[in-house]
Amino acid sequence: MAGNPARRARLRALALVAPLLIFVGVTFVAPLATMLMRSVHDPVVADALPETLALLEGWDGDGLPAEAVYETAARELERSNEERTIGQVAGRVNRVQGGLRSVFTSTARELRDARLDTGAAQDTWRGTMTAIDSAWADPAPWHALRTAGERFTSRHYLNAVDMERLPDGAIGRQPEERRIYLRLFGRTMLVSGAITVLCLLLGYPIAHLIARAPPGRADLLLVLVLVPFWTSLLVRTTSWIVLLQTQGVINDVLVAIGLVGDDGRLAMVYNMTGTLIAMTHVLLPFMVLPLYSVMRGIPPQYMSAAASLGATPLQAFLRVYLPQSLPGVGAGALLVFILSIGFYITPALVGGSDGQLISNMIAYHMQTSLNWGLAGALGGILLVGVLVLYMVYDRLVGVERMGLS
Amino acid sequence: MAAQHPGGRGSPRVIAAPGRAALAPRLGRFAYFGFCAAVFFFLVAPILVIVPLSFNAEPYFTFTEGMLRLDPDAYSLRWYREIIANEAWTGSLVNSLVIGVSATVVATVLGTLAALGLASPAVPARRVITGILISPMVTPVIISAAGMFFFYSNLGLGQTHLGIILAHATLGVPFVVVTVTATLAAFDRNLTRAAASLGAGPWTAFRRVQLPLIAPGVISGAIFAFAVSFDEVVVVLFMGGIEQRTIPRQMWSGIREQISPAILAVATFLIVFAVLLLVVVAWLRRRTPR
Repeated sequence: MAGNPARRARLRALALVAPLLIFVGVTFVAPLATMLMRSVHDPVVADALPETLALLEGWDGDGLPAEAVYETAARELERSNEERTIGQVAGRVNRVQGGLRSVFTSTARELRDARLDTGAAQDTWRGTMTAIDSAWADPAPWHALRTAGERFTSRHYLNAVDMERLPDGAIGRQPEERRIYLRLFGRTMLVSGAITVLCLLLGYPIAHLIARAPPGRADLLLVLVLVPFWTSLLVRTTSWIVLLQTQGVINDVLVAIGLVGDDGRLAMVYNMTGTLIAMTHVLLPFMVLPLYSVMRGIPPQYMSAAASLGATPLQAFLRVYLPQSLPGVGAGALLVFILSIGFYITPALVGGSDGQLISNMIAYHMQTSLNWGLAGALGGILLVGVLVLYMVYDRLVGVERMGLS
Repeated sequence: MAAQHPGGRGSPRVIAAPGRAALAPRLGRFAYFGFCAAVFFFLVAPILVIVPLSFNAEPYFTFTEGMLRLDPDAYSLRWYREIIANEAWTGSLVNSLVIGVSATVVATVLGTLAALGLASPAVPARRVITGILISPMVTPVIISAAGMFFFYSNLGLGQTHLGIILAHATLGVPFVVVTVTATLAAFDRNLTRAAASLGAGPWTAFRRVQLPLIAPGVISGAIFAFAVSFDEVVVVLFMGGIEQRTIPRQMWSGIREQISPAILAVATFLIVFAVLLLVVVAWLRRRTPR
């Protein structure tokens, strides 16, 4: 049969690829997918208070809900307290509106006593709950509960771009003091842009020098770029801390030569300056290597030709050399920018409080605030941004040629 | 050809006014070389400065007066003795090696097989498959670590060596695939055909002809994968417990909590290690057919 050998070759190729494809699918793609799922799916509140939430659907949002809602909520809150899910429920409601955590936990805890202690019981559940916490006389906890109870929700993504769903269902901006993420995304882009420009300014001349050096010397100079490239990121970050700290080597030198006084030592680390310097150092090889590989392919005769035709060195550079080196500039700049916007370790260690980037905020929500939905949403936005940039990079140079050689 | 650049010796200046012709390019060249030297200094000096500081006899992160006078008493091996005696550091070295080697084996075997498959002209949807296999390299590591944290914990792999080995293998896979694919692109398929025509089966032809020729690429890929694992801290930070502390993880707490010069001794060891890897990879590249 004619199609058979071709089919067999295809099957063999697939059989070779399949183990890794399955491996990466299980160890990487599935974890990523579950994290993204978490950013839009949160069943905790919906599972704990299903009937209350069903009844709240009939509530118009103006004024207080009906007594039946209070009654159901009282029963389900009490059950949630027994099943020890109330902490998670209260935490989620509290994220929608601050200050509600204790309203939910204390109400759930005291409802039981209120039910048993007939003397204290009011004639309505609304009265009982309001007696426990006066917040229940206000529609606010109900609005927050309704939002937190959405099983599939856009609130983490809204939150990640400083928006929220208002009580009337419309989408509006967060109150001024809670708008932090757009600014952080903006700062991350700005810092990444600055690092990219710095890397280009520093990297272009040395890539040019290496590309034009005779082979032996070029190899030697290349080693000076590759040693930092291969050195552990933590080592490089440590050395910047050692160099830049107030009692560190650079400040010592500045004091010794009299540029700054002993009491005027510069704060260059644990702030944005530290992040900028250390990240530029870490990412510079990723700029130099693509630039170098493009520049090596530019024949030196072109410059001589331009000069012999009457161009000044500057003209020859601007009109002959620079345009030919642009693919390297594009590749290097894009690579550095992509790596910067997802950078975590260096800002976490040398950034202090004002040198943090979006990745650090994701880590904060993962480890400290435990707001995993929001961490997933911030990560989702960052991931989409990075993937779009990589597609551009792939068009330009091909992902498989990433700064390895 | 000697080093040339705009304004260099090799480019005749036709337009320049006589008399000043010599000065301007010389100044330009001076600025250019000076700037390049400064950038190289910026690249290398921060790494090199660690080395002498790690021999500091005092618990400071700066050169003491004795060190500047080259007084032998100002230098000591105390920080090296400290890390060798400290079980937290020796244990983390063992962990790093166990995790690094295991992850490298998994990544190299699977990655090489996949690269062989991808090199076949018959493979369908090559771009998509390559994209998926390379995605762990392009995804910011904080996102990978966050996703893995949940997923692996649910599978009972949180705070286990196995979990971190699988995670590190995944992060190393793209480097193996990329490196081996590049080597295979230079491989002459006629050699396998020749082996087949001489009676070798596909397995024999692969083992005796193709594998030895692509071996430098495979080893380079393995070294990359090992380097990724050996320097990885975010996944370990999210998924590892005390039992899984690796060297980078130990350095991380060292930097965050109380930074002691012992860390500089570890850093010096890692710098030497990096230079070694660099030398091996450079040597392998020279042996790779182009």
